[in-house]
Parts: sequence; structure tokens; C-alpha cells
Amino acid sequence: MSGFPTLFAKEVLRFWKVIFQTVAAPVLTALLYLVVFVQALEGRGPAPGGGAWGEFLVPGLAMMSVLQNAFANSSSSLIQSKITGNLVFVLLAPISHLEFYAAYVAAAVVRGLVVGAGVLAATAPFVELRPVAPLWSLAFALLGAATLGALGLVAGVLADKFDQLAAFQNFVVLPLTFLAGVFYSVEALPVVWRAASHFNPFFYLVDGFRYGFLGVSDVAPLASLAVAAVSFAAITAATLALLKSGYKLRG
Amino acid sequence: MTYAIETIGLEKRYGALAALAGVTLAVREGECFGLLGPNGAGKTTFISIVAGLVRPTAGTARVLGADVARDYRRARRALGVVPQELVFDPFFTVRETLRLQSGYFGLRANDDWIEEVMHQLDLADKADVNMRALSGGMKRRVLVAQALVHRPPVIVLDEPTAGVDVELRQGLWRFVRQLNRDGHTIVLTTHYLDEAEQMCDRIAMLKAGRVVALDSTKNLLATFSGFVLKLRLDREDLPEDLGLPVAGRDGTRFVLRLRDLAELEQVLARLRGAGVRIAEFELHPPDLEEVFLRVMARPG
Repeated sequence: MSGFPTLFAKEVLRFWKVIFQTVAAPVLTALLYLVVFVQALEGRGPAPGGGAWGEFLVPGLAMMSVLQNAFANSSSSLIQSKITGNLVFVLLAPISHLEFYAAYVAAAVVRGLVVGAGVLAATAPFVELRPVAPLWSLAFALLGAATLGALGLVAGVLADKFDQLAAFQNFVVLPLTFLAGVFYSVEALPVVWRAASHFNPFFYLVDGFRYGFLGVSDVAPLASLAVAAVSFAAITAATLALLKSGYKLRG
Repeated sequence: MTYAIETIGLEKRYGALAALAGVTLAVREGECFGLLGPNGAGKTTFISIVAGLVRPTAGTARVLGADVARDYRRARRALGVVPQELVFDPFFTVRETLRLQSGYFGLRANDDWIEEVMHQLDLADKADVNMRALSGGMKRRVLVAQALVHRPPVIVLDEPTAGVDVELRQGLWRFVRQLNRDGHTIVLTTHYLDEAEQMCDRIAMLKAGRVVALDSTKNLLATFSGFVLKLRLDREDLPEDLGLPVAGRDGTRFVLRLRDLAELEQVLARLRGAGVRIAEFELHPPDLEEVFLRVMARPG
């Protein structure tokens, strides 16, 4: 039998054992963003799509949390195992690079979805959402979490210390998720920034996810799904090549 | 013939540094094989390549006939490795750690064996204790248990007794002997040469990434070693014309290397003849440490 189910279960168990840090904390952060931004934006007219600001912000915050936590799960687990040395137990086992990839990414997806669901649940008493196409949202959440889970693996492999990983997280992942239209519609941006946003793959994930809730989006959801699928395929190919090469993992 | 471990021309280079410079070795099934060498000789690199943790620059390695790169699943299933570093996953208890390790090898209904291994290694009453809360010695036992959860026929122990107290060390070796008697092939590296001498059927000595000696422990002791005689005399200097095999001084004592006991007779007779009186006398039989030092002192 394959070692994949155990490695996947271990990765899920790892974040589940510290659930306050890995799930409750990001949910609270999203809740605080919601309170602050709703206060700041209320009274500035309707949100993009014509509804209340809360209804616009919550799906964006949920997706941002999905993406950031999926990345955090695979990247922090891998670098911790590398630095403490206990990755050796996985490397000694008959686990292929494909199984390794699948286990880490699947666990990252679980963490991302749990946190995303937590954000939706925690904000539900304050913001009433009526998803118009929930399967679209689920598809974007799955693709987004898997993409960021894979990106987390790449960062975890390449980083030699926590500082380097934090740099990747703070200078790449955080800006790209923040500037993906979580707090605003890119249609409201000046032309240059609007064009720039279309080069940010995270934008399509947030926009498509929000479409499932509001039924409106900046880009046609099918086009966003295509971009998200291509991004996922590209990062998967790169990650698998990296893992197969053994770079920084197998001397 | 299928060997437990077989390497051919194994090389590992890090830039200009050759950690392994062409190691060809064969460990027979069922034997206890010792890998000795000073720090940096390439022992851990050798083990890491066999375990698939490090990829060689050149050469091949096989475990029970399975190539560690091409047929890595079979090779890794056949091998249990106790790493040198005291590593553990702080998220889990001892039992969880062993269940996970078992699952990595695709073994899920393995609790009976896990309990048995914990019992053998005196870990049973620590089964539900988090790894962080264990002493260094206990963590070392868990490392051994982790290497055994998938019942590997070949077990590699990389300096398993480094930093371990005497009681645990003896218990560990008893357990390893038992495993060897049960048919497991054992490969170990240690800095305690007396342990290697007692445990190993055959020994390879590594120096700067090369095998510089490879033979049965018995032959190594017979070939390389003689006796070491330490003498304190009634005078500071020896008459040179006695022609004694003096190798050096150890404080106030003269250190002499003797080929055999017949030479001892000659030395004593010459000293007596010259009127030299012996104040203190110490004779060391051949031991692996002496062999090791002589092998390592040879040029190249």
C-alpha cells in the first residue's frame, strides 16, 4: 500500500493539533478586517455589484484566507521538517515525489477550505450571503488552495531558513492576495493598475470565487477558471520537477 | 550472489570536495558489519546514499539487489535506518510517531508489531508521551523503533550510541545482537571501537572517502596489531644500543610496539642484560583502536 494516506493524514493532524494558531487565528483576522473595512467603506455608496459592502468583502476575505492558509500549511510544515531534520522519516520511506506532492497539497487544500469555511461561518451572523452559484466558488476555492499549497511546497523546498520563507510570504504571497481585489473591484482602479491586476493570477481566483456568491464579476468566470487551471497546471509541473530532482531535499 | 548492501564505485562530490571517492563494498546477508573512520571520512555520506537520502555523483548502490535509485521502493522497504542526529516530530506522541512511520511504509494494521517493538525497547510506558517530553536516551530508542516498524531485513545504525549513557548503550547492543541473531543484517558506524570489535563480524575502515581496510574483525586484529608495552624504568634514558622497538613516550613511560609475545622475551632479556630495572609494566593485547590508529596513520 502507498504511504500517501498516512502522509496526508499526518499533515492534516499537524495543523489540527494547533488549531487555534492555524484556523482560529486567521478566522479572527478576517473578522477584524471585515469590521474595519465595513466601517471605513459604509456610506461611500453601494459596493461593486450594487449590494452592501459586507456582502462584497466577505467572499474576498474568505478566499484570501483560503489562499494564505493553504500556502502557510505546506510551506511551514516542510521548512519545519527540514530545519528540525524530521523530514528524514518521510525521505527514508518508499514514497514517490508524486505521493509527496499530493499529500502536502491535499492537506494544504483541507486547511485552506477549513479556514475559508470558518471565515464564512464567523461572518454569517453579521453578513447575510446568498450564494447564487456555490459550485463556482467551490471550484475556485479548490483550485486556489491547491495552487497555493503547491507554491508553498516550492517555497518550503527552496528556503533554507524561516526568514527566507517569511520573505516569500510577506513580499510575494501577501501583496498578491491583498492586491487581488479582495477589498475593491479592479474596475474601480486607474487603467494602469487595472491592467496590472490582470497579470496577478490571484485576482482571477478571488474574482471567480466572489462570482459564486454575488453572480457578478470583473472577468467572465469561465475565463477566470481557465487562468486558474493553467496557473495550477504550471505550478504543479514546476513543483513535481523540483521534487523529482531532489533539489535541497536529497543532498 | 545477492548482498544485503552492495555499492560499486560510489562517489559523492561537493564541488572540489570528495566526500566519497569510489567506494566498492559488499555487506553479506546476516552479518554484522562495522563502518569505521574519523569524522569526515564519509561514513554518513555512504549510509545516506544507501538510504536514498543523498544522490551519488557516480556509482551504484543496491539493497538486497534493489537499486536505491531505480527500484527505490523495494530498496527502502528492505532497509531500516537509525539516523545519527536525534531528530523527532514535536507534534506527536511515541505511539503516533511509530504508527505514522509504519503508515509511510504502507503498513496500516501494524499495531501488534509496534507494541512489540515498544516493549522490546522499554518504551511501552512512554507510548502516549509527547516526543518533546522524552529524555535524549528515550528519543534515541524511538529512533531505533522507527527504523524497525516495517521489519526491514537490513538495519543501519549511524553512531547509535553517541551521547548515550552506559546502561542504554548496553541495552541497545543487546537488542542489536538479538536482531542479528534473528537474521537481520546489521551495519553500524561507531566511534567506540571496542563496541565495533565486540559486535562486528567484518569491518571496513574509511579515510577521506576511500576504503583503506576491509576484512573480518579477527583478521584485522591479527594482521595489523601487535602488543603495546608500556614501561617505567629506573632511569630517564635508555641505552641506544639495546635496539628496542620504542615508539614513543607516555609521560614517564616508554611505549614499545611488539610484534608478538616472543619479542617481549627479547626486550626483557636485553633490559636485564643492560642492568635496567623495571618499575612499572603494562602490556596491552591487540585491539581495534590500535589497528584503527595504524591504518589511519598510513599515507594516502
